[in-house]
Amino acid sequence: MNWIIAFPELVLTLCGLVILTVGVVQKKSTNPFAACSMLTIAAFAITGFLVTVSPDGSGYEHVFVNDGFARFMKVLSLIGGALATIMTLSYRGTSGGGRFELPVLILFSTIGTMLMASSDNMMTLFVGLELSSLAIYILCAFDRDSVVSSESGLKYFILGSLASGLLLYGISLTYGYGGTMEYGAIRTVLIQSGGASLGLMLGIVFLIAGLAFKLSAVPFHMWTPDVYQGAPTPVTAYLAGAPKIATFALILRIMAGPFGALAPQWQLLIEMISVLSMVFGSLAAIPQTNIKRLMAYSSIGHMGYALMGLAAATPGGIRGTLVYLTTYLFMNVGVFAGIAAMRRKGHETTDIADLSGLGRTSPGLALMMAIFMFSMLGMPPTAGFFGKLMVFSAAYGAGLYGLLAIGAITSAIGAYYYLRIVKVMYFDASAPAFDTRSPSLAFLSVSMGIVTALFVLVLGPVTSAAQAAASALIG
Amino acid sequence: MTHDLGGVGLGPYLTVSAILLVLGVFGIFLNRKNIIIILMSMELILLSANLNFVAFSSALGDLSGQVFTLFVLTIAAAEAAIGLAIVTVFFRNRGSIQVEDVTMMKG
Repeated sequence: MNWIIAFPELVLTLCGLVILTVGVVQKKSTNPFAACSMLTIAAFAITGFLVTVSPDGSGYEHVFVNDGFARFMKVLSLIGGALATIMTLSYRGTSGGGRFELPVLILFSTIGTMLMASSDNMMTLFVGLELSSLAIYILCAFDRDSVVSSESGLKYFILGSLASGLLLYGISLTYGYGGTMEYGAIRTVLIQSGGASLGLMLGIVFLIAGLAFKLSAVPFHMWTPDVYQGAPTPVTAYLAGAPKIATFALILRIMAGPFGALAPQWQLLIEMISVLSMVFGSLAAIPQTNIKRLMAYSSIGHMGYALMGLAAATPGGIRGTLVYLTTYLFMNVGVFAGIAAMRRKGHETTDIADLSGLGRTSPGLALMMAIFMFSMLGMPPTAGFFGKLMVFSAAYGAGLYGLLAIGAITSAIGAYYYLRIVKVMYFDASAPAFDTRSPSLAFLSVSMGIVTALFVLVLGPVTSAAQAAASALIG
Repeated sequence: MTHDLGGVGLGPYLTVSAILLVLGVFGIFLNRKNIIIILMSMELILLSANLNFVAFSSALGDLSGQVFTLFVLTIAAAEAAIGLAIVTVFFRNRGSIQVEDVTMMKG
């Protein structure tokens, strides 16, 4: 029965359509935004439950697969989507008042990320990726009366569709020279032929380039700072979470599965991307004065660390990447909840200098931001430390000492700009206080702060789940 | 090879599609004028991949490439619609759709 395997996706799609209808049929006088957001969060919760109980199997003529790895990635995507939706509850655009399409678009984009996690065929890969990206293009330009928001949407659209085009060209070459689009069949072909033809290698390079773009890994990162800065803050929080996790799901699945036999060839490529991302992410973040741009460069660096696990090409490395992504998801949402709370007289402020003296004007928020910054730089015992520890030990186990050394150096450089924020918050002269935080933002920053600070308590279950997911992938 | 692709073989099809891809990529990067031209270049890139799919599908005697082409055409239509919508919103805010005016954020 095919539909049982895809039941969570079908339920979520149906919920999306129902919520859209609910939003449309409301009377003009009542704003359906809050109701639609609540319904979206409920839909995410139901789908999350359905994902955890969904059976293993491959369906729809080897187009769609469900296994431990897909479930792990889907749960992470759904958490990312739900947290971003909670953040939108307090969102007000330039013209005031939220519009109900915002949570619905996040929901549709999350369906795309779930499809990506379940892809068993290049067709699902591309359709899932586009489903998630097309919704994000609109989300970036969602604040339609703001020139920076529409500019960020335009930039992401242009560069994103260029990347999709290159990815598609890569798929076409892989199809032509591999003879099929199914992952299992490509794997068999590659093992039998004992190597890849030039055309197939070219296809794989195009594929990696397209996916690296969605990950914002160097050298395909140029869109990241502008899009992060211009997009509405809840959208930036979403953009940095679920879609990147799903892209990782794709890249891990195709590299470990169909192209697993070619590991020595692509390993070098992934290593290069990882090193460049770590170095560029940490160096370019230093001169930034806008905190959203700083987070953009920081996320470029974090993608470099997460790719380190893939470069190791071992089950332990993949487990490390999965744990890293889990920790990154939580601390990232926390930071953006803090950034969304940076409002004075109803206007968003995003300069690092605006955080001056936050330790005195708003000690709670400052404490949470400090926890996230320590976690981002990988200070024990916060969440970020365990993620870094696992990818570093995997790289050590695979004998990638150069990569390891560069990772350690860039972490030290990263400490400079993360600690600078802590210094600005606690030791600089006070700037005027921010507006009172809305309950949703306070809830998010406090709960994410607790998860990040006490991650060691859930480390065991997360690691064993990641281990199960990694072994479902490599076996 | 199950089909001879109209007697010309696979090579010319791949050459044409590679040329279309290069034209599309250069259209995006070298174009300093109008955003609409960028949208057209994107269509060129997607269609070059489509041409590849159809040629390979015919050469391999496997239908899945042609099925994928239909998916890609649908996605390309959605993408063009979203792109034009975003360009319209941008024009309303900025009063221009010249590439050189997309510079509010830098650094």
